[in-house]
Amino acid sequence: MESIFFIVVAAVAVISSILVVTCKNPINSALSLVMTFFCLATFYVMLDAPFMAATQVIVYAGAIMVLIIFVIMLLNVKAESNKRGTHAVLAGTVIGIFVLFQTCWFLIKGSMTGLPGVMDKASIVKEGHVEMIGKALFTDFLLPFEITSILLLAAIVGAVILAKKKI
Amino acid sequence: MIAINNYLILSAILFAIGTIGVLTRRNAIVIFMCVEMMLNAVNLTFIAFSRYLGNIDGQIFVFFVMTVAAAEAAVGLALMIAFYKNRESIDVEDINLLKL
Amino acid sequence: MFEYVWLIPLFPLIGVVINGLFGKKIKNEKIIGGIASGAVFGSFVVACGILVQLLSLPGEERHFEKTVFTWIQSGNFKADIGFLIDPLSAMMLMVVTGVGFLIHLYSIGYMHGEEGFYRYFTYLNLFTFSMLLLVAGNNLLLMFVGWEGVGLCSYLLIGYYFHKKSAGDAGKKAFVMNRVGDFGFLLGLFTLFWYLGGTHNVWTVNFRELAANADLLVPGAVVTTVALCFFVGAMGKSAQIPLYTWLPDAMEGPTPVSALIHAATMVTAGVYMIARMNFIYIKSPTALLVIACVGAATALFAATIGLAQNDIKRVLAYSTVSQLGYMFLAMGVGAFGAGVFHLMTHAFFKACLFLGSGSVIHAMHHALHHEHSDADPQDMRNMGGLRKKMPITFWTFLLATIAIAGIPGFAGFFSKDEILWQAFANPHHGGMNIVLWAAGAVAAGLTAFYMFRLVFMTFFGKTRLSDKAFHHLHESPFVIVFPLMVLALLSVVGGWIGVPKVIGDALGGLPNFFEHYLEPVFAYSTAYMSHGGHGAAHHSLVLEWGLMGVSVLIACGGIALAYALYIVSPAIPERITAAIPVLHRAVYNKWYVDEIYDFMIVNPTKSFSNFLWKGFDVVVVDGVVNGVGAAVRGFSGILRHVQTGMVHNYAFSMVVGVVVIVGVYLFR
Repeated sequence: MESIFFIVVAAVAVISSILVVTCKNPINSALSLVMTFFCLATFYVMLDAPFMAATQVIVYAGAIMVLIIFVIMLLNVKAESNKRGTHAVLAGTVIGIFVLFQTCWFLIKGSMTGLPGVMDKASIVKEGHVEMIGKALFTDFLLPFEITSILLLAAIVGAVILAKKKI
Repeated sequence: MIAINNYLILSAILFAIGTIGVLTRRNAIVIFMCVEMMLNAVNLTFIAFSRYLGNIDGQIFVFFVMTVAAAEAAVGLALMIAFYKNRESIDVEDINLLKL
Repeated sequence: MFEYVWLIPLFPLIGVVINGLFGKKIKNEKIIGGIASGAVFGSFVVACGILVQLLSLPGEERHFEKTVFTWIQSGNFKADIGFLIDPLSAMMLMVVTGVGFLIHLYSIGYMHGEEGFYRYFTYLNLFTFSMLLLVAGNNLLLMFVGWEGVGLCSYLLIGYYFHKKSAGDAGKKAFVMNRVGDFGFLLGLFTLFWYLGGTHNVWTVNFRELAANADLLVPGAVVTTVALCFFVGAMGKSAQIPLYTWLPDAMEGPTPVSALIHAATMVTAGVYMIARMNFIYIKSPTALLVIACVGAATALFAATIGLAQNDIKRVLAYSTVSQLGYMFLAMGVGAFGAGVFHLMTHAFFKACLFLGSGSVIHAMHHALHHEHSDADPQDMRNMGGLRKKMPITFWTFLLATIAIAGIPGFAGFFSKDEILWQAFANPHHGGMNIVLWAAGAVAAGLTAFYMFRLVFMTFFGKTRLSDKAFHHLHESPFVIVFPLMVLALLSVVGGWIGVPKVIGDALGGLPNFFEHYLEPVFAYSTAYMSHGGHGAAHHSLVLEWGLMGVSVLIACGGIALAYALYIVSPAIPERITAAIPVLHRAVYNKWYVDEIYDFMIVNPTKSFSNFLWKGFDVVVVDGVVNGVGAAVRGFSGILRHVQTGMVHNYAFSMVVGVVVIVGVYLFR
């Protein structure tokens, strides 16, 4: 049961990502990307990370994609008239396939490394996923958290300055 | 219980498609969208590993990746707007002031 | 007074510093000249004091070494800045400082009005300093320092009129030829040091220590090599064949320079060196033979060239070369004392001759200047009849000429005669003796001839100057004439301290002061010579008187011939010249020796240097350097095409890079 569900959602994800790459109209690409994000959120739920799924939808599908669509409409981007040269497309595709091949090779030959921990489904249900993330975030990862805030400040300032008519 | 390999292969496929998109498309915004897709593929890997290792660190990392992606989106799009003002086009082939 | 020997070189050094640094600001010529001459006079006074003190000591104790400070100390080897006082060096100090002082005085008058007055006196004092180091140093290294120093000052002073190209060339020629000689000196020094040190573990270059260890020097190839190498140095410094051509060219310098350096002091350094190292030379009959032959050949060769020269200074230059040949002839037959004696008397009369010629040239220059004529003031063909106008110059010049000709009673007679007698009678070289004596005798005759030719052409007869110029001739000022008088006096009486035994006995027991005085210095050699069965010249009185008579006759013959050709019938010389044109041209052109050297040595060296420059330096060295630059430029020209400026190319290369890295990691 679960496997069928997984395969269906995976197929939807892959097809929509291919659509992102191949559509001529950028709005179509954007909408396909939103679809991909939703599929990924579903996967997160399947992987017992509901908070992450929610965050994914809110941040990616809700904020970033909206921003992108705003920009597309602001700049009045037309559909792409002509593609790049065939050589470039071919080269790009070949390299992409290479990347895929290497990654799969790693999967087959490699072994799982990484520190095992104590979390499992039961503890997630018992404690609450948000609380677990919060605990880790505000104790072990406090410094990156604070730095991220500065990063966001820099991004805001940068974005405002870059897009102004005159500085 | 689905084996982790499936998630990983799916993630790899998404990543490869994203790469192909970056190298193939001409529109800068579409290229950006493909970069976002690559980031998401990586996120999926992280969360899969977090689940199968029982470690919360992977999800924390995803958290930060999302934050950075958001910031990057803001700045990148502002950059494209600035570029559009100069050139009236966001075709990547027009970004060639450093050409020989 | 011995303790103050270091003052002797110090005074001229102070003169150098003051005149060199402040001379340009001190515009007063008298002050500059006074400082320089005063410095040398101070050295002269100290030298006199040393001599007096030396003479008060008995014979064997007449030596003193004063070390000022240690220069080099390395293991067993020690060389210091020290001064050796013994009869030989005391005599040389007197000659150098005394004649030097007179010439400094003379220069004040001669160089009057020259720009660069202070430069002249700086160099002259520097020369005196170096020469004093040379003669007073107590080891070979210090002597070499002085040796080089006098070579340098010779270059500086010959090229004093540096605006003239010929002067600069002459200076360079002198320096290069001296360098060739110096190379020989160094080789000899190294060989001696290595031989004594390596085979006998005696590591020293100090003269007294070398003399004390003289028994270790066995006659053989090494000692002969050492002796010959040192002699090469002497050849360069003292202008013997084949390194003599620089001396006539050196007449480009001012006349007092020629008098001091090229008559009285620097060129005698080689003779002094051989006298100092007599204990080495006595061990090598081969080297002695070489020296004697070279000396005799030079004496004869230079005398023949002097016959046909017309420039007054050239004649004197060749005469110097010839007389130096005599000194080496004396050294070569083992008569060291006689050679040194001739050195001293030669210093007196040659300096007097040069200074006298300077006085003549000075007067001629003024006279021709009044007439606005371009004639050469040094050419004897423009002179004549000067004795009426310049009496003091004439009489001093005549006295010195009589001395050089070897007329009995004057200084040159005793020294030259002693040399000729020793050359004939000393059994060192077997059959060669007669040849050596004959060469010396013929050269003596030629000397008398050309010197009196000079006197007759310059001072006697009808003047070849115009009346207006002749009217303007006048005697030179006192500062110039005074040294002439002193030197002429010395030329007359200076020989009486070295009267040969045979004459001294005839005159009622007059001893040979000079030879006795120098006995301690040559004691080892004398003992060695008599030891080895080579007795001193066997005293056949008849033979000695006979030879003396022959040399006097030859001298008088030369004078008579000159008188006949230049006073009685002045037309004959031209007829003789016309009769033997080829020979005359060869002699007049110095037997084309300079041209031969140019052809054999100078031009090949120049072509080789040109080849090294154009063929090697420009092509290879510059080629490599420029080639590296060109290669980098070419390579970067190809490499820059990687940076296309297109963004998607960059993205592509980034992905390719990632793939490659991961691939390497994968398949490692």
